[in-house]
Amino acid sequence: MADPLLSVEDVSRGFGGLMAVNGASLSASTRRITALIGPNGAGKTTLFSIISGFLKPSAGRVLYDGINVTGEPPYRLARRGIARTFQIVQPFAGLSVRDNILVGAHLRHPRRPAAQISAEAVGHEVGLGHLLHRPASTLTVAGRKRLELARALATEPRLLLLDEVLAGLNPSEINDIVPVIRGLSGRGIAIVMIEHVMHAVMSLAEQVFVLAEGRVIAQGSPAQVAGDQHVIEAYLGHGAAAKLGGANAL
Amino acid sequence: MKSFLPIVIVVAALAAVPLVVQSNVVLNFLIVALMIALAGQGWNILGGYGGQYSFGHAAFFGTGAYTTAILQVHYGVNAWLGFLAGVVAGSAVGGVIGGLAFRAGLRSSYFALVTLAFAEVLRIFASVAPITGAGVGLLIKLDLHPQAFQFRSRAIFYLIILALVAVSLIIAQALERSRFGVWLVAVRENEDAAMALGVNATAIKIAAMVISAAVTAAAGCFYVQYFLFVDAPIGYGAWISIEALLTPIIGGAGTVFGALVGALVVKSIGEGAKFLTGDIPGLDLMTFGAVLVLVIAFAPRGLVGTLIDAREALARRFVSSRKIAEGTARG
Repeated sequence: MADPLLSVEDVSRGFGGLMAVNGASLSASTRRITALIGPNGAGKTTLFSIISGFLKPSAGRVLYDGINVTGEPPYRLARRGIARTFQIVQPFAGLSVRDNILVGAHLRHPRRPAAQISAEAVGHEVGLGHLLHRPASTLTVAGRKRLELARALATEPRLLLLDEVLAGLNPSEINDIVPVIRGLSGRGIAIVMIEHVMHAVMSLAEQVFVLAEGRVIAQGSPAQVAGDQHVIEAYLGHGAAAKLGGANAL
Repeated sequence: MKSFLPIVIVVAALAAVPLVVQSNVVLNFLIVALMIALAGQGWNILGGYGGQYSFGHAAFFGTGAYTTAILQVHYGVNAWLGFLAGVVAGSAVGGVIGGLAFRAGLRSSYFALVTLAFAEVLRIFASVAPITGAGVGLLIKLDLHPQAFQFRSRAIFYLIILALVAVSLIIAQALERSRFGVWLVAVRENEDAAMALGVNATAIKIAAMVISAAVTAAAGCFYVQYFLFVDAPIGYGAWISIEALLTPIIGGAGTVFGALVGALVVKSIGEGAKFLTGDIPGLDLMTFGAVLVLVIAFAPRGLVGTLIDAREALARRFVSSRKIAEGTARG
């Protein structure tokens, strides 16, 4: 395997007395989808915020393309090619869908006509083509998630951090967006996704990291991780794996 | 270039006014209204497009006015050069206040309070410092020559302030169509999301404040050339901070014509109220307050903003009804 595009090394971050992320390490590579899963409060979004520059880690470092980018501000990381979506969608509510995407497109296209062409192309790619003129505030939850994705994509990233882009969508909406994500990976973008929708994780991700209480407790292929005792215990409580094992034995 | 056509039409129409109207009262009214429109357009660049609500644009208006006056009165500098220097000094003050406030991460009401504080500090300084004429103020010597930026005819002052307003309209229109403007609006809408998309929010806000301050300072420079007098309550007083934010909010913050429309409406209402009731002191301010309440309650995007919204809603309805019509035709 080639060198990873992103490697997070022993990163920690505490809030007051609570260690939200505690010595976590993970890596992600081009053309691969990496999933980051874990129970609520495991520190997944905090880790994303550290990678994308919104939070500074108290220890550890973040390497992107072999460069130490720890603590750089978000806008500089975006210029380097790291884009993120927000778990709680953050549309520019007063702007049209097209103008929302245009903000991202301007990063690589200083001139307006080129940026507009790029923004419209991205809008069509994520399936917002027929809604470009609509105010972003009128979009449904599914539409807003697509808009988050479109804006991030418009910055033409090499590393895309997706924070629960499938949460809150119904099964048919999920089935619509899964191929879009797979297509991005095929185009050579490294994707790290936080996701609770397990069947999507299983079908999309090649590599899974499981975070619990700020630590990476398991990593590997989706199948390996799903059978891991630590993972079952992290989700279902201490001793659950043994009980399940016992139940299976009967 | 097509997008600048409305500006050309509006400015041409306003430029024709002195051909029709010779009344000094009317011209004086329009000159003051346009001066407020210019100050308001400065506020609009930072507040309307950038969402950073300054309560202290007097800091820039006063700096422009005082710089122009001080250079002429104390140093004998040419009035036109003084005017330019006033604009530069105003934008420098904008850069300093913006740099301090935005680097410190001040947002919304904290930012408003800090700008108010800076304007008040400057007002107090100007009311005691010898160079600003302290409590007496500064009087520019009457010298009715074009090279002294003084004219016998009000029509010429009118055309000069109209030209300045035209420049401010062009700045806003160019802003709307530039990357800088798109990013500035993104910062207004959601600073975190903008930063995630590669926008250096702090740098954008400081730059917007410098432009904003320059435009409002130009209004101050014009004021002092027109009235040939400035003192601390005029230059750095809260009145100009209030009128600079009132006009674009009423007219339509974050729109090209908002400040101009707002200034004409606000000033007309103020004068109309005075005319109808006789000169009751403070009545114009009370009317401004009432108009502001009405606009915020019924047209929160201002007069121009509401018109734009209505037009876009109509256009959308037209598009969707056409789609339905096509659908039935096909069916």
